[in-house]
Amino acid sequence: MADSETPLAVHEPELRHHFDDSAQQFESSVLGMWVFLVTEVLFFGGMFGAYTVYRNLYPEAFASTSHFMNVTIGAINTAVLIFSSFTMVLSVRSAQLGQKKALIIFLILTLILGCVFLGFKYVEYHEKWVDHHVPGPSFRYEDTRYVHQAQILFFLYFAMTGMHAIHMIVGAGLLTALIVMSARNRFSAAWYTPVEMIGLYWHFVDVVWIFLFPLLYLIGHTK
Amino acid sequence: MNHHVVSVKVYAAVFAALLALTLTTVAVSKLELGEFNFIVAITIAVIKATLVILFFMDVRHATDLTKLFVGAGLFWLAILLVFLLSDYFSRGWLPGPGWL
Repeated sequence: MADSETPLAVHEPELRHHFDDSAQQFESSVLGMWVFLVTEVLFFGGMFGAYTVYRNLYPEAFASTSHFMNVTIGAINTAVLIFSSFTMVLSVRSAQLGQKKALIIFLILTLILGCVFLGFKYVEYHEKWVDHHVPGPSFRYEDTRYVHQAQILFFLYFAMTGMHAIHMIVGAGLLTALIVMSARNRFSAAWYTPVEMIGLYWHFVDVVWIFLFPLLYLIGHTK
Repeated sequence: MNHHVVSVKVYAAVFAALLALTLTTVAVSKLELGEFNFIVAITIAVIKATLVILFFMDVRHATDLTKLFVGAGLFWLAILLVFLLSDYFSRGWLPGPGWL
């Protein structure tokens, strides 16, 4: 902890001089990251709101689309994403303890699990494409009463899981950057702020999926 | 810097709880419970999200200012959803055109 008498030249190399100490610098980053995540909460919140409105406007059409959701892949992907959050939190812990090798291993594991999630997502999207369930000119629907209403619900499905998948792709890019930075010895127990921030982002994307999974795949499934 | 280094056991327990809750929510969705299917699914999702936010995102060790921002975010989300849905869900509660 630097007090006001400490000469500037003595401060730790990673401490920017406009902060009192490393703890304050770190807390400022956490706060800033949360401000960004709150905007993301409201961004996804708008789509969840739209989804709930249409689900209540067209309950029968909604129930009929739920038969075409692949619950098995959805559940496996939920487990994969939770596992990746676990490895992410272990990366942050390794960074806190200054364990470089463990940090890199856990970051790579997290990246691999993220790619597994996207791979399963590709399989699901491909199923929808083959079945003509992608909204647009080639959209077909088995129950002819609900063609238009089902198209709205599939549009919401692609908008929500698509935005989530884009966030996963961005996260995979950020993880790659972290792996390169770790390999170049950029992090230490004294400074690992990017690992913590990208960890927060990764967990947020996990939280979005925790709500997407029951809403899109599970509710109305028995009808 | 002095950080709360949380033991691997705590993270592993949270991970196990999240997996168990995922299995539970899938199992419950196979049962025919009417409106309760929705309530149970959302309740489990809220519990899972709370676990991730408190333990994995470490909000329980965050500063009061960060906690305030997280709470404010959720409050604004509630404003968005409550006002939006109270409009759509209450349509048709009043008599038809000509009532006013």
